[in-house]
Amino acid sequence: MSGSSDAAIAVNGVSYVVSDRTVLSDITFDVARGEILSLMGRSGSGKTTLLKCIGGLLKPTQGTIAVNGTDIVGMSEARLNRIRLSIGFVFQYAALFDSLTVFDNVAFGLVQNRRASREEIRRIVRERLADVHLEGVEDLYPSELSGGMQKRVGLARALATDPEVLLYDEPTSGLDPVTGRAIDDLIVETRDRLGVTSVVVSHDIEAIMRISDRAAMIEDGRLLTVDTPAGLRRADHPSVREFFEPAIATGVAADQPRVRS
Amino acid sequence: MAEGTAAARARGRGMDPLREALIFIGDSWTVAFQGAMCVARGRVRAAETIRQMAAIGVDSLPIIIATSVSTGAVLAFYMTGVLTQFGADAFTGGTIALTFLLELGPILAGVMVAARSGAAIAAEIGTMVVTEQVDALRSMAVSPIAYLVAPRLLACVAMMPLCGLVSDFAGIGGSIVMASAHGVPAATFMDSIRMMAAETDLLKGLVKTLWFGLTVAAVACRQGLRTRRGAAGVGHATTSSVVLCVVLIFISDFFLAQLLMGASVASQ
Repeated sequence: MSGSSDAAIAVNGVSYVVSDRTVLSDITFDVARGEILSLMGRSGSGKTTLLKCIGGLLKPTQGTIAVNGTDIVGMSEARLNRIRLSIGFVFQYAALFDSLTVFDNVAFGLVQNRRASREEIRRIVRERLADVHLEGVEDLYPSELSGGMQKRVGLARALATDPEVLLYDEPTSGLDPVTGRAIDDLIVETRDRLGVTSVVVSHDIEAIMRISDRAAMIEDGRLLTVDTPAGLRRADHPSVREFFEPAIATGVAADQPRVRS
Repeated sequence: MAEGTAAARARGRGMDPLREALIFIGDSWTVAFQGAMCVARGRVRAAETIRQMAAIGVDSLPIIIATSVSTGAVLAFYMTGVLTQFGADAFTGGTIALTFLLELGPILAGVMVAARSGAAIAAEIGTMVVTEQVDALRSMAVSPIAYLVAPRLLACVAMMPLCGLVSDFAGIGGSIVMASAHGVPAATFMDSIRMMAAETDLLKGLVKTLWFGLTVAAVACRQGLRTRRGAAGVGHATTSSVVLCVVLIFISDFFLAQLLMGASVASQ
């Protein structure tokens, strides 16, 4: 399951212990280039912690995490920053800088890391906002946007530095079903258009089955299984079945994973 | 079982104040050192530093003037009464000026900046932590120390001497008015200051304010960056920042007074 040399992300034996509490225990899996992998599980199961470890925001107590073949665990902050520029992070509540306009939020990574000229930054911001179907909001502040718009701006900000990997932390939580589906479609569209590798934390089972190539089930910090949505639907493990039962009952299209051709 | 473990951890946390104090000191020094290194390397945003200088320094001046004038006037009210009784009213100005230059000016400025700006810094950074804005900074390869701490550290250290100076003049000004109203003419008051106080007394007080500025910035930024658990955490970070800053200002003032007076005795 791990160690594949062409994997965009290789998580190997990762554990995370804080204040004598084991949050993650010996997690191992790979994510192939261009794949959308969902991390699912109950609240408090360790999904967001694992996502933050992959994004280099938390340091695992044990194990290795290779992003594009480079182990990021134990890296100095300066070297890690170079890797972070190839990873986009979309936060649960968008985490937009509330004192900056939408334009400045999306331009932030480029401006701070001096990655482009002023004209180029203006062009990139316009393009990225258009990518997430937002236009004419550049001068607004985050507090003037709806929850769905904030999440789109968060995605535009994550895309601005042309990342190879996108990490989404519960991208549809707190949104109405229609806006949630629009964000799900955007995740697939972004992968299809830009070829980015995506890891999506979610406990929205319908969204997981619609957008994922594969999904990993985490329970109490342990990885139970990684499989396609169709495979998970057939799984025997009681926790997996319990998680999937409502979706099976409503007949969500689990047999049509969105793997790129 | 889980509850028992959590309770044991909570008791463990409560019963280990020494460990917590050492972590606090280590964290605060690290924040101050890393912030200072960013400033030394020029990795500090000029526009944000100027904004912070205005917020920490200029905007604090009205409350510093108000508290210092009041304190100076009350001090003069008591001292003119006591010193006149002993026929030493000619020493009123010098005594009050020395008190302000060496002690009250820096302390009042430090406490006011800690209460106003220290609280604001801890609350602002704490809110950014709990809303994941600090994680967002890090995810975009931007150091929270360079982006958030360095401008506030530089602004605090740069503006605190100005606050101390204003406090000195406001306090002495207030005391002149009150002393005049109680029979010590302004000319006598000023003669006494010229006789008893020197420029070095002013400088010693200003040295203290530099340290107080560093303390307020380091502690407030540290408390903000260590914020956990939502809105309640931000409240705790803000309160603890003010309490710790004020306590540390008073404790360090004791040692700085010994150090600075020791230095002046040695030089004589």
